[in-house]
Amino acid sequence: MPMVAVRHLSKSFGAVRALTDVSLDVAKGEVVCLLGPSGSGKSTLLRCVNHLEKPDAGAVWLNGELIGYRRDGDRLLELPDGEVARQRQRFGMVFQRFNLWPHKTALQNVMEGPLRVLRRPAREARARAEALLARVGLADKADAWPAQLSGGQQQRVGIARALAMEPEVMLFDEPTSALDPELVGEVLAVMRDLARSGITMMVVTHEVGFAREVADRVVFMDAGTVVEEGPAAQVLGQPRQARTQAFLAAVLA
Amino acid sequence: MLPDARTLRVVQRRRPGRWLATILVLALLALVIRAFALGQIDWAVVGEYMTAPVILAGLVNTLVMTVCAMALGLALGVLAAVMSMSPNPVMVGVAKFYIWFFRGTPLLLQLLLWFNLALIFPRLGIPGLFEARTVDVITPFVATWLGLGINQGAYTAEVVRSGILSVDRGQAEAAQAVGMTRIQAMFRIVLPQALRVIVPPVGNEVVSMVKLTSVASVIQFSEILRNAQTIYYANARVIELLIVAAAWYLAAVTVLSLLQAMLERRLARGVATAGRPA
Repeated sequence: MPMVAVRHLSKSFGAVRALTDVSLDVAKGEVVCLLGPSGSGKSTLLRCVNHLEKPDAGAVWLNGELIGYRRDGDRLLELPDGEVARQRQRFGMVFQRFNLWPHKTALQNVMEGPLRVLRRPAREARARAEALLARVGLADKADAWPAQLSGGQQQRVGIARALAMEPEVMLFDEPTSALDPELVGEVLAVMRDLARSGITMMVVTHEVGFAREVADRVVFMDAGTVVEEGPAAQVLGQPRQARTQAFLAAVLA
Repeated sequence: MLPDARTLRVVQRRRPGRWLATILVLALLALVIRAFALGQIDWAVVGEYMTAPVILAGLVNTLVMTVCAMALGLALGVLAAVMSMSPNPVMVGVAKFYIWFFRGTPLLLQLLLWFNLALIFPRLGIPGLFEARTVDVITPFVATWLGLGINQGAYTAEVVRSGILSVDRGQAEAAQAVGMTRIQAMFRIVLPQALRVIVPPVGNEVVSMVKLTSVASVIQFSEILRNAQTIYYANARVIELLIVAAAWYLAAVTVLSLLQAMLERRLARGVATAGRPA
Protein backbone atom coordinates (compact mmCIF):
# COMPACT_ATOMS: atom_id res chain seq x y z
CA MET A 1 0.00 0.00 0.00
CA PRO A 2 1.36 3.46 -0.84
CA MET A 3 2.17 5.78 2.05
CA VAL A 4 0.25 8.62 0.43
CA ALA A 5 -2.47 7.79 -2.07
CA VAL A 6 -4.03 10.69 -3.97
CA ARG A 7 -7.01 9.58 -6.03
CA HIS A 8 -9.01 11.55 -8.57
CA LEU A 9 -8.60 14.92 -6.86
CA SER A 10 -10.38 17.90 -8.36
CA LYS A 11 -10.48 21.40 -6.96
CA SER A 12 -11.76 24.70 -8.28
CA PHE A 13 -11.46 28.21 -6.89
CA GLY A 14 -14.55 29.90 -8.24
CA ALA A 15 -14.35 29.59 -12.02
CA VAL A 16 -10.67 28.58 -11.96
CA ARG A 17 -9.96 24.85 -12.13
CA ALA A 18 -6.84 24.24 -10.05
CA LEU A 19 -6.86 20.42 -10.17
CA THR A 20 -8.61 18.06 -12.55
CA ASP A 21 -8.76 14.37 -11.65
CA VAL A 22 -5.23 14.07 -10.26
CA SER A 23 -4.02 10.70 -8.94
CA LEU A 24 -0.63 10.05 -7.43
CA ASP A 25 1.02 7.51 -5.14
CA VAL A 26 4.00 8.10 -2.86
CA ALA A 27 5.74 5.10 -1.32
CA LYS A 28 7.26 5.08 2.15
CA GLY A 29 10.68 6.74 2.13
CA GLU A 30 10.21 8.05 -1.38
CA VAL A 31 11.14 11.61 -2.40
CA VAL A 32 8.76 12.93 -5.02
CA CYS A 33 9.33 16.30 -6.66
CA LEU A 34 6.39 18.09 -8.27
CA LEU A 35 7.44 20.34 -11.10
CA GLY A 36 5.48 22.53 -13.42
CA PRO A 37 4.73 26.11 -14.43
CA SER A 38 3.06 28.57 -12.04
CA GLY A 39 -0.63 27.89 -11.68
CA SER A 40 -0.29 24.24 -12.69
CA GLY A 41 -1.91 23.11 -9.42
CA LYS A 42 1.19 21.72 -7.66
CA SER A 43 0.70 23.76 -4.49
CA THR A 44 -3.04 23.10 -4.43
CA LEU A 45 -2.33 19.38 -4.68
CA LEU A 46 0.08 19.58 -1.75
CA ARG A 47 -2.41 21.59 0.31
CA CYS A 48 -5.14 19.04 -0.40
CA VAL A 49 -2.88 16.26 0.86
CA ASN A 50 -2.96 17.59 4.44
CA HIS A 51 -6.46 19.00 3.98
CA LEU A 52 -5.53 22.69 4.24
CA GLU A 53 -7.71 22.83 1.14
CA LYS A 54 -10.86 20.77 0.88
CA PRO A 55 -10.93 18.99 -2.48
CA ASP A 56 -14.17 19.23 -4.48
CA ALA A 57 -13.90 15.59 -5.50
CA GLY A 58 -11.55 12.69 -4.93
CA ALA A 59 -9.73 11.75 -1.75
CA VAL A 60 -6.37 11.31 -0.06
CA TRP A 61 -5.27 8.36 2.08
CA LEU A 62 -2.30 8.27 4.43
CA ASN A 63 -1.32 4.66 5.18
CA GLY A 64 -4.85 3.64 4.32
CA GLU A 65 -6.47 6.30 6.56
CA LEU A 66 -8.80 8.63 4.72
CA ILE A 67 -7.77 12.27 5.29
CA GLY A 68 -10.42 14.80 6.24
CA TYR A 69 -13.38 12.45 5.92
CA ARG A 70 -15.02 9.35 7.30
CA ARG A 71 -16.34 6.91 4.71
CA ASP A 72 -19.90 5.66 5.00
CA GLY A 73 -20.59 3.40 2.01
CA ASP A 74 -19.93 5.67 -0.94
CA ARG A 75 -20.42 8.85 1.04
CA LEU A 76 -17.58 10.94 2.48
CA LEU A 77 -18.59 12.54 5.78
CA GLU A 78 -16.56 15.58 6.84
CA LEU A 79 -14.57 15.01 10.02
CA PRO A 80 -14.80 17.58 12.83
CA ASP A 81 -12.01 20.16 13.03
CA GLY A 82 -10.30 18.42 15.95
CA GLU A 83 -10.08 15.14 14.04
CA VAL A 84 -8.62 16.82 10.94
CA ALA A 85 -6.14 18.64 13.19
CA ARG A 86 -5.08 15.30 14.65
CA GLN A 87 -4.55 13.90 11.15
CA ARG A 88 -2.51 16.95 10.11
CA GLN A 89 0.01 16.18 12.86
CA ARG A 90 1.15 13.31 10.68
CA PHE A 91 2.23 15.70 7.91
CA GLY A 92 4.98 18.25 8.29
CA MET A 93 4.55 21.29 6.07
CA VAL A 94 7.10 23.85 4.93
CA PHE A 95 5.75 27.00 3.33
CA GLN A 96 7.03 29.17 0.52
CA ARG A 97 6.91 32.27 2.71
CA PHE A 98 8.15 30.38 5.81
CA ASN A 99 5.17 31.51 7.93
CA LEU A 100 7.23 31.52 11.10
CA TRP A 101 5.34 33.01 14.02
CA PRO A 102 6.98 36.43 14.46
CA HIS A 103 6.00 36.80 18.13
CA LYS A 104 7.93 33.67 19.06
CA THR A 105 11.68 33.02 18.98
CA ALA A 106 13.17 30.37 16.71
CA LEU A 107 13.19 27.88 19.59
CA GLN A 108 9.60 28.73 20.59
CA ASN A 109 8.49 28.26 16.98
CA VAL A 110 9.91 24.75 17.01
CA MET A 111 8.61 23.94 20.52
CA GLU A 112 5.07 25.21 20.04
CA GLY A 113 3.64 22.13 18.33
CA PRO A 114 5.14 19.50 20.66
CA LEU A 115 4.23 21.64 23.67
CA ARG A 116 0.66 22.66 22.80
CA VAL A 117 -0.47 19.93 20.44
CA LEU A 118 1.40 16.83 21.59
CA ARG A 119 1.39 18.11 25.22
CA ARG A 120 5.00 17.10 25.75
CA PRO A 121 6.68 18.30 28.95
CA ALA A 122 8.47 21.64 28.45
CA ARG A 123 11.91 20.24 29.26
CA GLU A 124 11.57 17.45 26.70
CA ALA A 125 10.13 19.76 24.03
CA ARG A 126 12.96 22.22 24.55
CA ALA A 127 15.69 19.58 24.36
CA ARG A 128 14.20 18.19 21.18
CA ALA A 129 13.75 21.64 19.63
CA GLU A 130 17.39 22.48 20.41
CA ALA A 131 18.50 19.23 18.78
CA LEU A 132 16.41 20.00 15.68
CA LEU A 133 17.79 23.54 15.41
CA ALA A 134 21.27 22.04 15.61
CA ARG A 135 20.34 19.59 12.88
CA VAL A 136 19.43 22.45 10.53
CA GLY A 137 22.60 24.31 11.54
CA LEU A 138 20.99 26.97 13.72
CA ALA A 139 21.97 25.93 17.25
CA ASP A 140 23.23 29.47 17.91
CA LYS A 141 20.01 31.15 16.71
CA ALA A 142 17.63 29.51 19.20
CA ASP A 143 16.76 32.80 20.91
CA ALA A 144 16.61 34.93 17.76
CA TRP A 145 13.30 36.40 16.60
CA PRO A 146 12.28 35.44 13.06
CA ALA A 147 12.73 39.05 11.92
CA GLN A 148 16.39 38.84 12.91
CA LEU A 149 17.00 35.82 10.66
CA SER A 150 17.78 35.71 6.95
CA GLY A 151 15.27 34.05 4.65
CA GLY A 152 17.38 30.91 4.47
CA GLN A 153 17.65 30.71 8.24
CA GLN A 154 13.90 31.29 8.64
CA GLN A 155 13.16 28.50 6.22
CA ARG A 156 15.48 26.14 8.09
CA VAL A 157 13.62 26.99 11.32
CA GLY A 158 10.42 26.25 9.37
CA ILE A 159 11.79 22.81 8.51
CA ALA A 160 12.77 22.18 12.13
CA ARG A 161 9.28 23.26 13.24
CA ALA A 162 7.69 20.74 10.88
CA LEU A 163 10.09 17.96 11.94
CA ALA A 164 9.34 18.60 15.62
CA MET A 165 5.96 16.91 15.18
CA GLU A 166 7.73 13.73 14.01
CA PRO A 167 5.63 13.60 10.84
CA GLU A 168 5.31 10.57 8.61
CA VAL A 169 5.41 12.71 5.46
CA MET A 170 7.09 16.07 4.84
CA LEU A 171 5.36 18.45 2.43
CA PHE A 172 7.47 21.26 0.94
CA ASP A 173 5.58 24.02 -0.86
CA GLU A 174 8.18 25.84 -3.00
CA PRO A 175 10.55 26.10 -0.04
CA THR A 176 13.20 28.12 -1.89
CA SER A 177 11.07 30.32 -4.17
CA ALA A 178 11.03 33.31 -1.81
CA LEU A 179 14.75 33.21 -1.09
CA ASP A 180 17.60 35.35 -2.36
CA PRO A 181 19.65 33.22 -4.77
CA GLU A 182 22.65 32.97 -2.45
CA LEU A 183 20.46 31.51 0.34
CA VAL A 184 18.87 28.73 -1.68
CA GLY A 185 21.81 26.38 -1.22
CA GLU A 186 21.64 26.19 2.58
CA VAL A 187 17.96 25.21 2.53
CA LEU A 188 18.46 22.63 -0.24
CA ALA A 189 21.37 21.17 1.75
CA VAL A 190 19.10 20.60 4.75
CA MET A 191 16.47 19.02 2.50
CA ARG A 192 19.08 16.80 0.88
CA ASP A 193 20.11 15.53 4.34
CA LEU A 194 16.48 14.88 5.19
CA ALA A 195 15.94 12.94 1.98
CA ARG A 196 18.94 10.76 2.81
CA SER A 197 17.55 10.09 6.29
CA GLY A 198 14.74 8.16 4.61
CA ILE A 199 11.75 10.36 5.45
CA THR A 200 8.95 10.45 2.87
CA MET A 201 8.91 13.80 1.08
CA MET A 202 6.67 15.57 -1.41
CA VAL A 203 8.44 18.65 -2.75
CA VAL A 204 6.87 21.31 -4.95
CA THR A 205 9.85 23.09 -6.45
CA HIS A 206 11.34 24.97 -9.36
CA GLU A 207 14.82 23.64 -8.55
CA VAL A 208 15.36 21.20 -11.39
CA GLY A 209 18.91 20.51 -10.20
CA PHE A 210 17.65 19.50 -6.77
CA ALA A 211 14.98 17.28 -8.30
CA ARG A 212 17.51 15.57 -10.56
CA GLU A 213 19.85 14.90 -7.66
CA VAL A 214 17.50 14.00 -4.82
CA ALA A 215 14.13 12.93 -6.20
CA ASP A 216 13.29 9.27 -6.61
CA ARG A 217 10.47 10.31 -8.84
CA VAL A 218 9.46 13.50 -10.64
CA VAL A 219 5.87 14.45 -11.38
CA PHE A 220 5.37 17.10 -14.02
CA MET A 221 2.07 18.99 -13.81
CA ASP A 222 0.42 21.50 -16.10
CA ALA A 223 -3.04 23.09 -16.07
CA GLY A 224 -4.18 21.07 -13.08
CA THR A 225 -3.28 17.62 -14.40
CA VAL A 226 -0.32 15.26 -14.18
CA VAL A 227 1.34 15.41 -17.60
CA GLU A 228 4.18 13.00 -17.00
CA GLU A 229 5.76 11.13 -14.13
CA GLY A 230 8.64 8.75 -13.67
CA PRO A 231 12.18 8.41 -12.36
CA ALA A 232 13.93 11.78 -12.14
CA ALA A 233 16.56 10.87 -14.70
CA GLN A 234 13.93 9.86 -17.22
CA VAL A 235 11.45 12.76 -16.81
CA LEU A 236 14.21 15.38 -16.64
CA GLY A 237 16.60 13.64 -19.04
CA GLN A 238 14.34 12.26 -21.76
CA PRO A 239 10.93 13.84 -21.25
CA ARG A 240 8.31 12.20 -23.46
CA GLN A 241 5.67 14.90 -23.44
CA ALA A 242 6.02 18.08 -25.47
CA ARG A 243 4.83 20.23 -22.52
CA THR A 244 7.51 18.78 -20.24
CA GLN A 245 10.14 19.36 -22.90
CA ALA A 246 9.04 22.96 -23.40
CA PHE A 247 9.02 23.65 -19.64
CA LEU A 248 12.46 22.15 -19.08
CA ALA A 249 13.86 24.00 -22.07
CA ALA A 250 12.54 27.28 -20.64
CA VAL A 251 13.71 26.60 -17.06
CA LEU A 252 17.16 25.36 -18.01
CA ALA A 253 17.76 28.01 -20.65
CA MET B 1 38.83 74.09 -8.88
CA LEU B 2 36.77 72.70 -5.91
CA PRO B 3 37.53 73.81 -2.32
CA ASP B 4 38.83 71.27 0.22
CA ALA B 5 35.57 69.74 1.58
CA ARG B 6 37.25 68.87 4.89
CA THR B 7 37.57 72.56 5.79
CA LEU B 8 33.84 73.28 5.23
CA ARG B 9 31.32 73.22 8.07
CA VAL B 10 27.53 73.18 8.21
CA VAL B 11 25.80 76.25 9.71
CA GLN B 12 22.21 75.68 10.85
CA ARG B 13 19.59 77.63 8.98
CA ARG B 14 17.95 80.47 10.95
CA ARG B 15 14.43 79.61 12.01
CA PRO B 16 12.64 82.91 12.83
CA GLY B 17 9.22 81.20 12.61
CA ARG B 18 9.95 79.17 15.73
CA TRP B 19 10.85 82.27 17.71
CA LEU B 20 7.75 84.05 16.55
CA ALA B 21 5.57 81.03 17.48
CA THR B 22 7.19 80.79 20.92
CA ILE B 23 6.50 84.44 21.65
CA LEU B 24 2.90 84.18 20.48
CA VAL B 25 2.21 81.04 22.54
CA LEU B 26 3.77 82.52 25.67
CA ALA B 27 1.73 85.70 25.23
CA LEU B 28 -1.50 83.72 24.85
CA LEU B 29 -0.63 81.58 27.87
CA ALA B 30 -0.01 84.70 29.95
CA LEU B 31 -3.41 86.08 28.93
CA VAL B 32 -5.19 82.85 29.88
CA ILE B 33 -3.39 82.59 33.23
CA ARG B 34 -4.17 86.24 33.96
CA ALA B 35 -7.84 85.71 33.08
CA PHE B 36 -8.14 82.73 35.41
CA ALA B 37 -6.19 84.46 38.19
CA LEU B 38 -8.50 87.50 38.05
CA GLY B 39 -11.64 85.40 37.42
CA GLN B 40 -14.16 84.37 40.03
CA ILE B 41 -12.26 81.28 41.11
CA ASP B 42 -11.28 80.60 44.68
CA TRP B 43 -8.10 78.55 44.15
CA ALA B 44 -7.89 77.79 47.85
CA VAL B 45 -11.18 75.89 47.54
CA VAL B 46 -9.83 73.96 44.56
CA GLY B 47 -6.81 72.91 46.63
CA GLU B 48 -8.98 72.03 49.58
CA TYR B 49 -11.32 69.72 47.63
CA MET B 50 -8.56 68.16 45.53
CA THR B 51 -8.05 65.49 48.17
CA ALA B 52 -11.48 65.54 49.78
CA PRO B 53 -12.54 61.98 50.75
CA VAL B 54 -15.71 62.17 48.63
CA ILE B 55 -13.73 63.21 45.55
CA LEU B 56 -11.13 60.49 46.12
CA ALA B 57 -13.90 57.92 46.59
CA GLY B 58 -15.33 59.09 43.26
CA LEU B 59 -11.91 58.73 41.65
CA VAL B 60 -11.60 55.17 42.95
CA ASN B 61 -15.10 54.34 41.67
CA THR B 62 -14.26 55.81 38.27
CA LEU B 63 -11.05 53.79 38.01
CA VAL B 64 -12.60 50.56 39.29
CA MET B 65 -15.50 50.97 36.87
CA THR B 66 -13.10 51.70 33.98
CA VAL B 67 -11.20 48.47 34.68
CA CYS B 68 -14.35 46.36 35.17
CA ALA B 69 -16.21 47.75 32.15
CA MET B 70 -13.16 47.46 29.87
CA ALA B 71 -12.55 43.88 31.05
CA LEU B 72 -16.13 42.96 30.24
CA GLY B 73 -15.94 44.92 26.96
CA LEU B 74 -12.73 43.17 25.89
CA ALA B 75 -14.03 39.72 26.78
CA LEU B 76 -17.27 40.31 24.87
CA GLY B 77 -15.39 42.01 22.03
CA VAL B 78 -13.00 39.09 21.51
CA LEU B 79 -15.88 36.64 21.78
CA ALA B 80 -18.02 38.55 19.27
CA ALA B 81 -15.08 39.04 16.88
CA VAL B 82 -14.15 35.34 16.91
CA MET B 83 -17.82 34.39 16.55
CA SER B 84 -18.31 36.79 13.64
CA MET B 85 -15.43 35.05 11.80
CA SER B 86 -16.62 31.53 12.59
CA PRO B 87 -17.71 29.18 9.81
CA ASN B 88 -20.94 28.63 11.78
CA PRO B 89 -23.63 30.97 10.35
CA VAL B 90 -25.60 31.01 13.62
CA MET B 91 -22.55 32.28 15.51
CA VAL B 92 -22.00 34.93 12.85
CA GLY B 93 -25.64 36.02 13.10
CA VAL B 94 -25.56 36.30 16.89
CA ALA B 95 -22.34 38.34 16.80
CA LYS B 96 -23.60 40.66 14.08
CA PHE B 97 -26.89 41.21 15.93
CA TYR B 98 -25.08 42.04 19.17
CA ILE B 99 -22.85 44.57 17.42
CA TRP B 100 -25.77 46.05 15.49
CA PHE B 101 -28.00 46.43 18.56
CA PHE B 102 -25.52 47.90 21.02
CA ARG B 103 -23.85 50.23 18.53
CA GLY B 104 -27.22 51.31 17.25
CA THR B 105 -28.69 52.66 20.49
CA PRO B 106 -27.36 55.52 22.67
CA LEU B 107 -25.26 54.56 25.67
CA LEU B 108 -27.37 56.76 27.94
CA LEU B 109 -30.49 54.88 26.88
CA GLN B 110 -28.80 51.53 27.53
CA LEU B 111 -27.73 52.66 31.01
CA LEU B 112 -31.30 53.74 31.81
CA LEU B 113 -32.63 50.40 30.53
CA TRP B 114 -30.27 48.37 32.75
CA PHE B 115 -31.02 50.58 35.72
CA ASN B 116 -34.76 50.16 35.22
CA LEU B 117 -34.61 46.44 34.49
CA ALA B 118 -36.84 45.82 37.50
CA LEU B 119 -39.72 47.42 35.60
CA ILE B 120 -39.55 44.57 33.03
CA PHE B 121 -38.40 41.71 35.25
CA PRO B 122 -39.26 42.24 38.91
CA ARG B 123 -37.34 39.11 39.86
CA LEU B 124 -34.16 37.63 38.40
CA GLY B 125 -32.61 34.21 38.71
CA ILE B 126 -32.39 30.67 37.47
CA PRO B 127 -35.54 28.74 38.46
CA GLY B 128 -34.76 26.31 41.27
CA LEU B 129 -31.19 27.52 41.79
CA PHE B 130 -31.44 31.06 43.05
CA GLU B 131 -33.74 34.01 42.74
CA ALA B 132 -33.61 37.59 43.90
CA ARG B 133 -35.46 40.84 43.56
CA THR B 134 -34.09 42.72 40.56
CA VAL B 135 -33.69 45.96 42.50
CA ASP B 136 -31.36 44.14 44.90
CA VAL B 137 -29.20 42.73 42.09
CA ILE B 138 -29.10 45.71 39.74
CA THR B 139 -27.40 48.30 41.92
CA PRO B 140 -26.10 51.48 40.29
CA PHE B 141 -22.68 49.80 40.11
CA VAL B 142 -24.01 46.67 38.39
CA ALA B 143 -26.22 48.65 36.01
CA THR B 144 -23.27 50.89 35.06
CA TRP B 145 -20.97 47.90 34.67
CA LEU B 146 -23.38 46.05 32.38
CA GLY B 147 -24.28 49.18 30.44
CA LEU B 148 -20.73 50.37 29.80
CA GLY B 149 -19.20 46.91 29.38
CA ILE B 150 -21.74 45.48 26.98
CA ASN B 151 -21.81 48.67 24.94
CA GLN B 152 -18.00 48.72 24.86
CA GLY B 153 -17.90 45.09 23.71
CA ALA B 154 -19.82 45.96 20.54
CA TYR B 155 -17.18 48.54 19.59
CA THR B 156 -14.23 46.42 20.71
CA ALA B 157 -15.53 43.52 18.59
CA GLU B 158 -14.89 45.55 15.44
CA VAL B 159 -11.44 46.57 16.66
CA VAL B 160 -10.54 42.95 17.44
CA ARG B 161 -11.92 41.81 14.10
CA SER B 162 -9.74 44.27 12.20
CA GLY B 163 -6.79 43.09 14.30
CA ILE B 164 -7.46 39.48 13.35
CA LEU B 165 -7.78 40.46 9.67
CA SER B 166 -4.39 42.19 9.86
CA VAL B 167 -2.63 38.89 10.59
CA ASP B 168 -1.46 37.03 7.49
CA ARG B 169 -3.51 33.92 6.68
CA GLY B 170 -0.29 31.92 6.50
CA GLN B 171 0.10 32.29 10.27
CA ALA B 172 -3.05 30.33 11.03
CA GLU B 173 -2.22 27.85 8.27
CA ALA B 174 1.19 27.16 9.78
CA ALA B 175 -0.55 26.57 13.11
CA GLN B 176 -3.05 24.18 11.55
CA ALA B 177 -0.20 22.43 9.74
CA VAL B 178 1.36 21.46 13.11
CA GLY B 179 -1.98 20.05 14.15
CA MET B 180 -3.66 22.92 15.97
CA THR B 181 -7.42 23.23 15.73
CA ARG B 182 -8.91 26.41 14.32
CA ILE B 183 -9.67 27.68 17.84
CA GLN B 184 -6.17 26.85 19.12
CA ALA B 185 -4.61 28.61 16.14
CA MET B 186 -6.79 31.65 16.84
CA PHE B 187 -5.88 31.96 20.51
CA ARG B 188 -2.23 30.80 20.39
CA ILE B 189 -1.06 32.33 17.13
CA VAL B 190 -3.43 34.84 15.55
CA LEU B 191 -4.80 36.84 18.51
CA PRO B 192 -1.39 37.45 20.15
CA GLN B 193 -0.23 39.00 16.87
CA ALA B 194 -3.50 40.87 16.39
CA LEU B 195 -2.87 42.53 19.78
CA ARG B 196 -0.30 44.85 18.21
CA VAL B 197 -3.03 46.27 16.00
CA ILE B 198 -5.72 46.07 18.69
CA VAL B 199 -3.92 47.81 21.57
CA PRO B 200 -3.68 51.40 20.24
CA PRO B 201 -7.43 51.77 19.51
CA VAL B 202 -8.36 49.91 22.70
CA GLY B 203 -6.06 52.24 24.65
CA ASN B 204 -7.98 55.06 23.05
CA GLU B 205 -11.20 53.43 24.26
CA VAL B 206 -9.88 53.02 27.80
CA VAL B 207 -9.23 56.76 27.85
CA SER B 208 -12.71 57.45 26.61
CA MET B 209 -14.13 54.94 29.12
CA VAL B 210 -12.60 56.89 32.03
CA LYS B 211 -14.69 59.83 30.94
CA LEU B 212 -17.75 57.85 29.86
CA THR B 213 -18.21 56.70 33.45
CA SER B 214 -19.41 60.26 34.10
CA VAL B 215 -22.52 59.48 32.01
CA ALA B 216 -23.45 56.96 34.72
CA SER B 217 -23.99 59.85 37.12
CA VAL B 218 -27.55 59.88 35.75
CA ILE B 219 -28.18 56.46 37.30
CA GLN B 220 -26.65 57.44 40.62
CA PHE B 221 -23.26 55.82 40.15
CA SER B 222 -21.03 57.93 42.39
CA GLU B 223 -18.00 58.60 40.20
CA ILE B 224 -15.89 61.78 40.28
CA LEU B 225 -18.23 64.10 38.45
CA ARG B 226 -21.34 63.04 40.35
CA ASN B 227 -19.56 63.46 43.69
CA ALA B 228 -18.25 66.87 42.63
CA GLN B 229 -21.80 67.86 41.71
CA THR B 230 -23.11 66.63 45.06
CA ILE B 231 -20.64 68.93 46.77
CA TYR B 232 -21.36 72.01 44.67
CA TYR B 233 -25.10 71.59 45.06
CA ALA B 234 -24.38 72.11 48.78
CA ASN B 235 -21.72 74.83 48.69
CA ALA B 236 -22.29 76.46 45.25
CA ARG B 237 -18.57 76.31 44.38
CA VAL B 238 -19.43 75.06 40.88
CA ILE B 239 -16.33 76.06 38.93
CA GLU B 240 -13.89 75.10 41.66
CA LEU B 241 -15.29 71.58 41.87
CA LEU B 242 -15.45 71.18 38.11
CA ILE B 243 -11.76 72.11 38.01
CA VAL B 244 -11.05 69.49 40.69
CA ALA B 245 -12.89 66.86 38.65
CA ALA B 246 -11.13 67.89 35.41
CA ALA B 247 -7.73 67.65 37.11
CA TRP B 248 -8.41 64.12 38.31
CA TYR B 249 -9.70 62.95 34.93
CA LEU B 250 -6.58 64.38 33.29
CA ALA B 251 -4.34 62.71 35.85
CA ALA B 252 -6.02 59.33 35.38
CA VAL B 253 -5.88 59.55 31.58
CA THR B 254 -2.21 60.58 31.66
CA VAL B 255 -1.24 57.58 33.80
CA LEU B 256 -3.24 55.23 31.57
CA SER B 257 -1.59 56.66 28.44
CA LEU B 258 1.84 55.94 29.92
CA LEU B 259 0.77 52.36 30.70
CA GLN B 260 -0.43 51.99 27.12
CA ALA B 261 2.92 53.18 25.75
CA MET B 262 4.69 50.58 27.91
CA LEU B 263 2.38 47.81 26.72
CA GLU B 264 2.92 48.78 23.08
CA ARG B 265 6.67 48.61 23.51
CA ARG B 266 6.38 45.13 24.97
CA LEU B 267 4.13 43.92 22.14
CA ALA B 268 6.61 45.20 19.57
CA ARG B 269 9.00 42.39 20.59
CA GLY B 270 10.11 40.40 17.56
CA VAL B 271 8.98 43.20 15.27
CA ALA B 272 10.76 46.34 16.43
CA THR B 273 13.97 44.33 16.65
CA ALA B 274 13.89 43.64 12.90
CA GLY B 275 17.22 44.23 11.25
CA ARG B 276 19.21 44.15 14.46
CA PRO B 277 21.62 41.21 14.51
CA ALA B 278 20.69 38.41 16.87
